[in-house]
Amino acid sequence: MADTMELRDIEVWDGNMAAAQALRQVQVDVVAAYPITPSTPVVENYANFLANGYIDGEFVMVESEHAAMSGCIGASAAGGRVATATSAQGYALMVETLYQASGMRLPIILNVINRALASPLNVNGDHSDMYLGRDSGWIQFDAYNPQQAYDLNFVAFKVAEDHDVRLPVMVHQDGFMTSHTAQGVKTLSDEVAFNFVGEFQPMNDMLDLDHPVTHGVQTEEDWHFEHKARQHNDLMTKVFPKIQAAFDAYEALTGRKYNIVECYDMDDAEVAVVCMGTSVETAVEVAKEQRAKGIKAGVVGIRVIRPWPFEQIAQAFQGCKAIAALDRSSPNGAPGMLYNELAGTLYNAATRAVLTGYVYGLGGRDLTKSLLNQIYADLVANAAAGKPTTALQQLIGVRGPKLEFL
Amino acid sequence: MSEMKNIKNLKEFSTSADRFEGANLLCPGCAHSIIVREVLNATNDDLILSAATGCLEVCTAVYPYTSWDASWIHIGFENASTAIAGAEAMHKALKRKGRLKQERDPKFVAFGGDGATYDIGFQWLSGCFERGHNMMYVCLDNEVYANTGGQRSSSTPIGASATTSPAGRVSYGEKMNKKDMLAIMAAHGAPYVAQVAPNKWKDMIKKIQTGFAANGPVYINAMSACTTEWKFLPEDTIAISDMATDSLVFPLYEIIDGTKLNITYRPKTVVPVEEYLAAQGRFKHLFKDEYKYLIKEWQERVDAKWDYLQRREEASV
Ligand SMILES: Cc1ncc(C[n+]2csc(CCOP(=O)(O)OP(=O)(O)O)c2C)c(N)n1
Repeated sequence: MADTMELRDIEVWDGNMAAAQALRQVQVDVVAAYPITPSTPVVENYANFLANGYIDGEFVMVESEHAAMSGCIGASAAGGRVATATSAQGYALMVETLYQASGMRLPIILNVINRALASPLNVNGDHSDMYLGRDSGWIQFDAYNPQQAYDLNFVAFKVAEDHDVRLPVMVHQDGFMTSHTAQGVKTLSDEVAFNFVGEFQPMNDMLDLDHPVTHGVQTEEDWHFEHKARQHNDLMTKVFPKIQAAFDAYEALTGRKYNIVECYDMDDAEVAVVCMGTSVETAVEVAKEQRAKGIKAGVVGIRVIRPWPFEQIAQAFQGCKAIAALDRSSPNGAPGMLYNELAGTLYNAATRAVLTGYVYGLGGRDLTKSLLNQIYADLVANAAAGKPTTALQQLIGVRGPKLEFL
Repeated sequence: MSEMKNIKNLKEFSTSADRFEGANLLCPGCAHSIIVREVLNATNDDLILSAATGCLEVCTAVYPYTSWDASWIHIGFENASTAIAGAEAMHKALKRKGRLKQERDPKFVAFGGDGATYDIGFQWLSGCFERGHNMMYVCLDNEVYANTGGQRSSSTPIGASATTSPAGRVSYGEKMNKKDMLAIMAAHGAPYVAQVAPNKWKDMIKKIQTGFAANGPVYINAMSACTTEWKFLPEDTIAISDMATDSLVFPLYEIIDGTKLNITYRPKTVVPVEEYLAAQGRFKHLFKDEYKYLIKEWQERVDAKWDYLQRREEASV
């Protein structure tokens, strides 16, 4: 038996430690992992727990991220609780296996410490890795700070391992800005944390020796579509009720409330910024300052990126007149992902808010309050004009002549 | 405790209960299926299996059917080794935590073609061996990417015509020598490494059983004559295999603990390499006058390798 770790009610943890502690507390059976900045400390912390008797699962230090996810898939199909962590290039190397993990309906938890994708090589936080996996069939949660990185891991295991779901879940947090920034994190005791997630209940497990199973079959035009359609259907219809139920249960346990879409000052908001990660906290602060100046400013944070919360988004903007979608990933020749998703969601919704897009913060560049103030000024002008007064896409916080398109 | 099967003759073998069904889509005469049956038949223990993308995988698990009566997993082309290593790690964890449904220790076996093994999956395989998982990796070595229509691999021998190294007006086909996977895997310090051939089934079963009894990662290189890509008639698989082992193109030997080499089969009459080559369409062009020197070089290489193996066996290294 692994030792219990006595935690203070509030610990000073960065996002990496918060994630590693959550993995320890749910007693993951197999972690197969490979280090990469900025997610390395998740793996190092876990190795430390192991070295000090706090873990009795297996820890497999493989030779690449592709192997990490491959080992996770084999372990998960064998029948037990499985998790790992990665960032950027490691995530990119995993992509083949991300699709395989979800297609095989394996409840693996992947902590993604968001980082820019090379080239040029960059170790800092942006969302290009997160965006790369958005069609991979995983559920994607986004944490804005270490507390949330901790909490959302428990919710992730609970949802993923539900037998009606059986899908892998990523818990995202911003590289460095969350992963390496220590803050107060309210903890659960080991027992309470484990009991929230519960014992792993295997299904179609290879290690049930009396009931052999075949995992990872071949299907062509005769069956492939049905498999993919079923997975998509489950993502569209089954997952949100399960996430909501897990959020509710977690709130009952801890008092901390999570929403599929997080709305800040949105009840009467006329102008709103939509973003993810640490930017949400900055935007919330700026929105409050805007409100002090009499502007009805709000912020929407996407908590669940996949499946995409179509209904909740449509509802969030009911009274809104102008919306800014902030994408922290270069769309490389297109509107940003958030812009496109919002446009698709709102096109048939009751709102006729003006929608514009911003690309910001690539490679970990700060999203400053002054940039956000500028965005709100644009939004106020758009709301007054009832149409865009700027280009639909602006790159903000980048040196050189202003770059705007569309 | 491990339980090994004791099969005395081919008749007994043919009626022994199968965990790999004959109902599969492999070509008539494909040696892959013969090898898989021989491996699975070596033990009565529970088995957890994996396969790399390739002929074996696409022909044995086409939804909604499966040919496997033991748990089996396929992820991709390069990671059959790590798939089974992950399962083995889970078994260890659940055993330690007292959560196994049955208190039995299965054997963990991965199958991959030579493309999956020598080429694309090499890093994964090396990682598994370095970490020392308790698993057996069986390479079904047909010296070509058969599943995708006969492209070269780093196991394709010199002079073979493959679709990406075809023989043509100015080319004799493959230019590189076959990679020595056995030496490489032995260099990992694996407790057991061996080359086997389906025609020498008793030798093979003995080696598989030795592998199952070993503690740590075991590498088996299984010569798998390919009727489609080597270009011979389906009914000749065993005859071609006999030529391969009796010409010493595929010498049968084992390496224990990375150092001690034993030759396990010595043909009474050694067949000239030329006969082995002549029996297969993939080498047909070598019999033109301008390429005959290659056949001579082939024979010299095979002789030199045999010499080397014998010297190592004698020196017990
Ligand atoms: C990453 C990746 N690259 C390429 C392929 C295409 N592919 C599938 S099987 C195969 C060849 C298999 O050859 P081998 O491993 O020798 O096995 P065989 O079919 O000959 O038994 C190739 C190239 C793939 N499935 N995945």
